Amino acid sequence: MNVNGRAVTADVEPRTLLVHFLRDDLGLTGTHIGCETSYCGACTVIVDGRTAKSCTMLAVQADGAEITTIEGLAADGELHPVQEGFWERHGLQCGYCTPGMIMSAVGLLSENPDPSEDEIRHGIEGNICRCTGYHNIVRAIEYAAAKMRGEEPAPAEWETQEVTA
Amino acid sequence: MEYVRPKALGEALDALAAFDDPTPLAGGTDLMVEVNLNHRRPDVVVSLRSLDELRRWDDTWIGAGVTFARLEGADDPALAQLARTVGSPQIRAAATLGGNLGTASPAADSLPFLAAADAHVVLKSTAGERRLRWDEFFVGPKQTVRRPDELIVGVELPSRPERQAFAKVGVRQAMVISMVSCCVLRDPSGPTRVALGSVGPTVLRATDAEEVASQAARLTDTDLDEFQRRVSAEVRPITDHRSTAEYRRHAAGVVARRALERCLR
Amino acid sequence: MSVETRHRIRGGVGESVTRPDGVPKVCGAFQYLDDLRADGMLWAATRRATVARGRIVALDVGTASAMPGVHDVITFADVPGRPYQGQIVPDQPVLCDGEIRHWGEAIAVVAADDPETARLAAEAITVDVEELEPVVDVERALELGDVFRHFPVRRGDPEARGDVVVEGFYEMGTQDQAPLGTEAGLAVPDGHGGVDLWGPSQWTHVDHEQLVACLGLRPEELRVHISGLGGAFGAREDLTLQTHIALLALRTGRPVKQHYDRADSFAAHVKRHAARMWYRHEADRDGRLVKVEARMILDGGAYQMTSQAVIANAATFAVGPYRCPNTFVDAYVVRTNHPPAGAMRGFGTNQACFAAESQMDRLAAELGIDPLELRLRNALEPGDALATTGQVVTEPLPTSEVIRSVAALPLPDDEPGDDPLRLPGGTGLTTPPDRVVRGVGYAVGIKNLAFSEGFDDYAEARVTLTADGAEVHTAAIEVGQGMVTVLIQIARSALGIENVEVVFDDTSKIGSAGSSSASRQTQMAGGAVLRAAEAARSAALALAGGDDLDDLGVWRDGELVMTLAELAERGPISEWVRFRHPETEEPDENGQGRLHVDFSVAAHRAVVDVDPELGLVRVVQIDIAQDVGRVINPVQLRGQIEGGIAQGMGWAIMEELVFRDDGTVANPTFTDYLLPTILDMPPVEAVLVEQPGTWGPFGAKGMAELPTVSVTPAVVAAIRDATGKALRRVPVRPEDIVFGDG
Repeated sequence: MNVNGRAVTADVEPRTLLVHFLRDDLGLTGTHIGCETSYCGACTVIVDGRTAKSCTMLAVQADGAEITTIEGLAADGELHPVQEGFWERHGLQCGYCTPGMIMSAVGLLSENPDPSEDEIRHGIEGNICRCTGYHNIVRAIEYAAAKMRGEEPAPAEWETQEVTA
Repeated sequence: MEYVRPKALGEALDALAAFDDPTPLAGGTDLMVEVNLNHRRPDVVVSLRSLDELRRWDDTWIGAGVTFARLEGADDPALAQLARTVGSPQIRAAATLGGNLGTASPAADSLPFLAAADAHVVLKSTAGERRLRWDEFFVGPKQTVRRPDELIVGVELPSRPERQAFAKVGVRQAMVISMVSCCVLRDPSGPTRVALGSVGPTVLRATDAEEVASQAARLTDTDLDEFQRRVSAEVRPITDHRSTAEYRRHAAGVVARRALERCLR
Repeated sequence: MSVETRHRIRGGVGESVTRPDGVPKVCGAFQYLDDLRADGMLWAATRRATVARGRIVALDVGTASAMPGVHDVITFADVPGRPYQGQIVPDQPVLCDGEIRHWGEAIAVVAADDPETARLAAEAITVDVEELEPVVDVERALELGDVFRHFPVRRGDPEARGDVVVEGFYEMGTQDQAPLGTEAGLAVPDGHGGVDLWGPSQWTHVDHEQLVACLGLRPEELRVHISGLGGAFGAREDLTLQTHIALLALRTGRPVKQHYDRADSFAAHVKRHAARMWYRHEADRDGRLVKVEARMILDGGAYQMTSQAVIANAATFAVGPYRCPNTFVDAYVVRTNHPPAGAMRGFGTNQACFAAESQMDRLAAELGIDPLELRLRNALEPGDALATTGQVVTEPLPTSEVIRSVAALPLPDDEPGDDPLRLPGGTGLTTPPDRVVRGVGYAVGIKNLAFSEGFDDYAEARVTLTADGAEVHTAAIEVGQGMVTVLIQIARSALGIENVEVVFDDTSKIGSAGSSSASRQTQMAGGAVLRAAEAARSAALALAGGDDLDDLGVWRDGELVMTLAELAERGPISEWVRFRHPETEEPDENGQGRLHVDFSVAAHRAVVDVDPELGLVRVVQIDIAQDVGRVINPVQLRGQIEGGIAQGMGWAIMEELVFRDDGTVANPTFTDYLLPTILDMPPVEAVLVEQPGTWGPFGAKGMAELPTVSVTPAVVAAIRDATGKALRRVPVRPEDIVFGDG
């Protein structure tokens, strides 16, 4: 298979899950395991252009596939716009769901470069975050979508929010 | 564990015949969860990913390998609606109709549509082909009549009305296993079929209720009340950690009526 | 407090500074516990009980031990030191001591070459169990006298009578913290009989104290390190796998790693206490509370964990943020054969808040007074005594202001529209817009800040000036909440230096910072950092004879007199501080005294759309006004609010660990333990009320728990408003709405 643009050949025990292959054999520990029943989405990677939950996929099923993990997004030391959005717009706290969340967002934006808030929410419904309440995740994806379209992202909300004394 | 990846349907059938208790694997969204939870330890897995034969889909046939992501674009409204409720985008990209049939969970989202449409499940093996109506195929919770050497290749869909509605009750807005699911297909002149999931050992049809709904092109509130009452009377739900039998019985009637009302609009 | 600096510091207190760990986290490079590796490491797997109660009549690890690739198997008999752990009362066997007391209790742990071998070996252990009748009902546990702690409150006149009386029973199911990262850890033997441990922790020093006792080590033989955590929310306050992997590492001489799966995680970490509560409120005709009586029973599960402290919170906040002259509470936390309960965000105040706020709404209805007006008439303000403990509020407490502020926020549009995303039932298409009823509900919460009841609560920090900036050393734990950013901001503002880095020290390098819990680290670790930074700045100015400090060095009359590098060469300036908050007291026999150091309040408003016929709920909007003292980082603070609201809302309508009648857990997976998804989470409007406190850095108050506390009753109140149902149980299930009493 090809992982993050690099050809990878390995003999694996057929029982090996893709997520374990990525983490344990390739050392790509940015892909996380949150539930092993395909509900949390922390293990989301992109397989042949579509998002997939790597905890319910065998490594051998990905034989010959093109796989992108979180480690494959940043290029030449530059963060991918979605990565930048999650950082700049505080779309993370503990960060454990973040790589999977980012991969789902990348998948969504590749199909829909200008999603509405509702479309973002539908697109990310398979990724659970326990920390943020999702609000800043939506803002982070909006930021990335604008950047990827070559537009200036909307200013951060906190620049306009008030505190009462 | 042995992993076999046939390139064509014939090879797959040979593989299924060659091994003792082989496990077919398509999207893996059900099977791999079972494996991860230690509920199953398959010795031989036969991957169906390379079988283009299973991906054919037209008005009268849905191949077992068609994913729910594709079915979201179905012309049949109920099929598109149910496909949208399956798991999450990642799951829909992988999960197949054949997997739903093979797992045969009473909560499987596609089964109410297939039952309402009177679909036939087509099984193939090196010994030949079997064509079974949905109610001949499912025999219990997660139980079908498929033999280990047989492969589900697809379903045949008879002609069906355009008025269709699917509904699924769960306590979360998305990514939830149903407490009740329901599909109604209605011919404008009256004939109506209603099937329900998660309210019996297998998907079931509420035939007494169908009789009431099918009697006329225009239904009165009294007819709808009776339809709802009969659906609730016909379902056979249990109480488990997801819901109670009492609630499921009630909700089945309500969603069936509402689905029928959608078809009447 | 104002700090005179030469230049305005960028990224100091009050700004929405981005997280220093944000870049590694978005790149997948941040190191979580489950990412840790060591050469030659073994993998551990745990064999767990499948029944809630039983006696082990035979335990045979022979087959497992003999399997190729298996290096060691440990059971209770192998624990070299004190075989029981627990941070308040050590009553939890490190491994099952012969009597199984809850589903999922750890019986034996295997170390093997790889995870699969370890798992198969754990399955190969023979455990013969004679099942015993489990205690699964809290009333039954109380009858048996199996009480971890009874907290009584007797204040005022028991004969006092109001004009109006409302009485009710309330019940709450078990909530799990469900952090996205499950427990993981690595133990590495040091070759000299000691061990280095990385494990899931909110307080490494208290883990250290327990571990050395259980492992029979001298304190210096164990170093507990800090590594990345995939969330905590209370789940990491008590030990889970740490003792097991440390012991296996010591016995095998090899590094040992373990990574729990979700079922292990549900079995192993503490839960939020399920509760059963009875309340009677009496008020005069104007709505002023005359007397509140309550009987609360919390399900502590099989072992004590932090239950004793949780029940003190439940009891002392039994009335909520209201004045009441006569208060009588009997709060019990009892032992059952459910998995142990312990800390979760809110720590006992959530249960009290749900019952008390439900009562306030019923009282308002009975009196014909607007529910907010009733709350305002009773609002606890500075100078008032807490209704339970009698403790006078001496710090700012803007109870009325948070209520008025949240009520003043605009309500969302009335129309649900026909987008299924915005209707109950969501993508399931169950509910047409004309079957939807809207409801609005309010609730007000109060929470203590930091530790209470006379506990010697302190945090240590060291601030060291380096050649190009400053280092903050601490053992306070970043669980995701953003403490690391806050400490940097505090240090920057206090030092005048922007280049500040936080170094998370292991237990051998610095003293305790206390737990990352109890809404305490901004004030406690932050308080220590503030004082250490101020001392470092003073020391630098004194050494160089200057009047200002920044990233270049020390200045005098606008001229640079000594660079940071020169300063560092003279001998590093390194200031250590142990910071304590004002003292608290233990309660007397009537629960009276200055038990808490400080309080914070918040008010929530929830707007819901309900399909009453199907009992489905869609939360439309949740607003909050919260007393935060002083905002250190606005975006992080709002992030904590939104995330906290999601958790409290989850408990209100979907999250419950369901127990079967035999005490086993029916849904230990994310398939059936439902967490709110992005489609379930509504918009949140937050008003941050700043009335600076006297002892937190820059006037800041802890704030991370309250967003979770009062949202649960607010959501339920909104569902009641929509449906007219009594809804006395959380989570509210569809069948409760459809079939429940009015």
